[in-house]
Amino acid sequence: MDVLLSAAAEADPAGLLPARQQMALSLGWHIVLACFGVAFPAIIFTMHLIGLRRGNEHALTLAQRWAKVSAVLFAIGAVSGTVLSFEMGLLWPGLMGTFGDVLGLPFAFEGLAFFLEAIFLGIYLYGWGRMPAKQHLLMVVPMAITGVVGTYCVIAVNAWMNVPTGFRIVDGEVVDIEPWAVLFNPAGFWQFLHMWLAAYMVAGFAIAAVYAVGMLRGRRDERHRLGFTVAMAFASVSAVVQPFVGHLLGGRLAEWQPAKLAAFELATETESPSPLRLGGVLIDGEVRYALDIPYLGSLIARNSFTEPVVGLDEFPVDTHPPVNITHLSFQVMVGIGTLLALVAVVYWVMRWRGRELTDHRWFLRFMATGGVLSVVAMEAGWIATEVGRQPWIVQDVMRTPEAAGDNPGLWWLLGATTVVYTAMTIGAIVVLRSMARRWRAGEADLPSPYAPDPAGSEDAGTTSMGTVR
Amino acid sequence: MLETTVAAALFVGVLAYALFGGADFGSGFYDLTAGGSRRGAELRTLVDHSIGPVWEANHVWLVYVLVTWWTAFPESFAAAMSTLILPMLLALLGIVLRGASFAFRKYAASLAQARLFGVVFATSSVVTPFFFGTVAGGIASGRVPAEGRGDLWTSWLNPTSLFGGVIAVGTCAFLAGCFLAADASRGGQERLAGQLRRRTLGVGLVTGAVVLAALVPLELDAPTLADGLETQAAPLVAASALAGVATLVLLWRRRYAVARLTAVVAVAAVVSGWGVGQYPWLLVDEVTIADAAGARATLQALLVAVGIAAAVVLPALVYLYRLTQTEAWSRPDH
Ligand code: HDD
Ligand code: HEM
Ligand code: HEM
Repeated sequence: MDVLLSAAAEADPAGLLPARQQMALSLGWHIVLACFGVAFPAIIFTMHLIGLRRGNEHALTLAQRWAKVSAVLFAIGAVSGTVLSFEMGLLWPGLMGTFGDVLGLPFAFEGLAFFLEAIFLGIYLYGWGRMPAKQHLLMVVPMAITGVVGTYCVIAVNAWMNVPTGFRIVDGEVVDIEPWAVLFNPAGFWQFLHMWLAAYMVAGFAIAAVYAVGMLRGRRDERHRLGFTVAMAFASVSAVVQPFVGHLLGGRLAEWQPAKLAAFELATETESPSPLRLGGVLIDGEVRYALDIPYLGSLIARNSFTEPVVGLDEFPVDTHPPVNITHLSFQVMVGIGTLLALVAVVYWVMRWRGRELTDHRWFLRFMATGGVLSVVAMEAGWIATEVGRQPWIVQDVMRTPEAAGDNPGLWWLLGATTVVYTAMTIGAIVVLRSMARRWRAGEADLPSPYAPDPAGSEDAGTTSMGTVR
Repeated sequence: MLETTVAAALFVGVLAYALFGGADFGSGFYDLTAGGSRRGAELRTLVDHSIGPVWEANHVWLVYVLVTWWTAFPESFAAAMSTLILPMLLALLGIVLRGASFAFRKYAASLAQARLFGVVFATSSVVTPFFFGTVAGGIASGRVPAEGRGDLWTSWLNPTSLFGGVIAVGTCAFLAGCFLAADASRGGQERLAGQLRRRTLGVGLVTGAVVLAALVPLELDAPTLADGLETQAAPLVAASALAGVATLVLLWRRRYAVARLTAVVAVAAVVSGWGVGQYPWLLVDEVTIADAAGARATLQALLVAVGIAAAVVLPALVYLYRLTQTEAWSRPDH
């Protein structure tokens, strides 16, 4: 077996490993911003609506601030997405050359959706005070819709890689291509729904965390409560629905990607009924440190008391995914998902019974970590999905090494990307924090720092223009 | 026929990106050369205000081009990406830095921060079109092989590419100058408009001279393209020259609003000249549009997507552009 593995490793093209790292870094980064692109518009819309309907000044202020924050986030979301469009060709020439015309259509519709999103974003952001209030508010609606369409389209491509359809391979040639079948592939819907909810969780918990931190520092004004409540409402609904959707999503794995399911469940051999294996790692082919709960594995993965999770030993060794990463990431995701769903339920039940948990520091402390937790859950979910599909880039059709190019220079790309993305992350944090600081200091507008200075007297470079004006 | 229609739809994207994305990039040139923070403040504020609402939308044309290309002509996309990887990556780097630092600058807390982001924004805006120009030059001079990988360096460091790059930078700056001058004049900043006018005239003259100078090396270095430019694309080349001269005259006479239109015509004609000139090649001397095309079903589906885009996206775009030209939107930020 060792011989087999090292032979396979030797045959790997030089571009494979850097391409994988590059993909993980750039997608893992983009997806966080993408969550805000998907979910933030609807959250802002709600806040803005509350402001207009109830004439609530605080809500209007918050909506306007959130819109400014989203301008920064969407800008770096859009550029990091563009990076991905380049990368599909740069990193995976074998995939795009062979299947470009199979999986291209969803991307075309995705592009269409982003077009509309970018247009209405421009209108909404710059429309404050320049359009009638109702008309202005309506400009958010297209953004929320295109977020859904865009997500569906990208996810459709990913789902197609998990469950390929819409083509046949005859004598090594791809024939009978049906692009619409790819766009509406059967695996797409549940995967989309799961990702869509994940986006609302990430954005909702992250925003709630900001206000939780504020309250911890003693800023318990009306605005903080409102910001927290609206964000928490979105986060809670999606957190409660998410486990059900995740369960339905997993339900199709036994049929379509049984080896991935085996890795998720750490099932080295077929056991009937299968236990639910909590924790645990595979060391030299042995499962260690696991807590087995009988029956529960079959029940959750197969909706049955007897049907087993097919074990890894029933698949050829060269089609096993890296088991430990897949299993642990999957469990991290499910663990965090369960925890957040519980917290959401507890919070609203208590509130309904008249107890406000935000009065308790321990609750605020937990909520301060909610944003990070949901990001971790989402990243873990992606790692489980993508690594669990290995060695296939297109399940059972194309192996990942076949898709990669022969370009060791990609290591340079990875290095440069790491530097640029780190700088961009720092830049975003610095700018967002400075915005928050100036808002706290009572500034309403954040003028462009280059604005011509009416006083014309300050020493350029040292003065904060924000405070001057 | 189907392939040509899709290629035309793809080229419309290239054209739109060159015009609208190009004008956004070009404004970086004026931002970069606006002078110290005090003297340049007015101009930088204008740049911020002019491209702020539209740059993300204009940027999506690039995404449209990439997606249509790899969907409709997948193998040629893979070929171009692997041969022209360096200029592609450098352009990509520019795009990332430009977009991020533009957004950061807008909300920067201090002048020092704004300066840092501003320099990154302006510099990357100027260099990005250069790399796209070299990509166009590499393809147009037949240096991207259909199979295997062409030379990593000479594919974009060659006479056609270098001229392509410089011309791209020049045309972007020229377009941007006309747009910015018109915006300044509409906002009542006549002094600023005058300043932009002088510099745009300069940029226009230099770019025109470079285009003329490029004709000789093009003849030797990219014979297929040169041939096309002298025959099927000749009317476009002539139209571009005329419109270019007209723009200079209009600028001279301070007719900014009209100059904007003729500038668009001039640049559109140049870019279309390149497309028509290299027709029917997709990768010059290597693959024709017909040979590069992917599955028919996919091409048809793409046309459906393009049709929907024309029906849904174009009206929204027009709405955005019209809003930005209204009186309320010409007011300074608040
Ligand atoms: C906030 C994020 C988040 C949370 C709380 C959960 N998930 Fe998840 N999950 C994702 C975010 C995510 C994801 C990152 O978005 C994935 C990766 C691919 C996808 O479409 O969604 C994913 C994938 C994914 C898959 C793999 C599908 C595949 O490979 O095709 C399964 C089976 C589940 N999830 C199941 C669950 C269950 C049972 C959860 C119960 C609590 C759960 N997820 C919570
Ligand atoms: C819909 C969107 C996505 C698409 C189309 C996509 C596509 C791909 C492709 C083509 C590869 C390379 C082939 C492979 O290794 O299987 C890959 C690998 C990978 N992706 Fe995704 N991906 C998507 C979302 C994500 C996200 C959001 C993440 C976030 C963490 C992610 C993480 C990874 C990782 C870690 C790998 C490397 C897996 C490995 O090779 O071991 N993916 N993805
Ligand atoms: C799970 C996966 C993904 C989701 C949910 C997602 C979602 C989004 C969203 C919501 C945006 C808008 C960004 C914003 O304005 O903040 C965006 C931008 C973008 N995404 Fe992704 N994306 C995903 C993966 C990908 C992949 C795999 C690609 C390409 C291969 C891609 C390409 C792009 C591009 C090109 C943009 C920029 C569009 C623009 O200029 O506005 N995305 N993405």
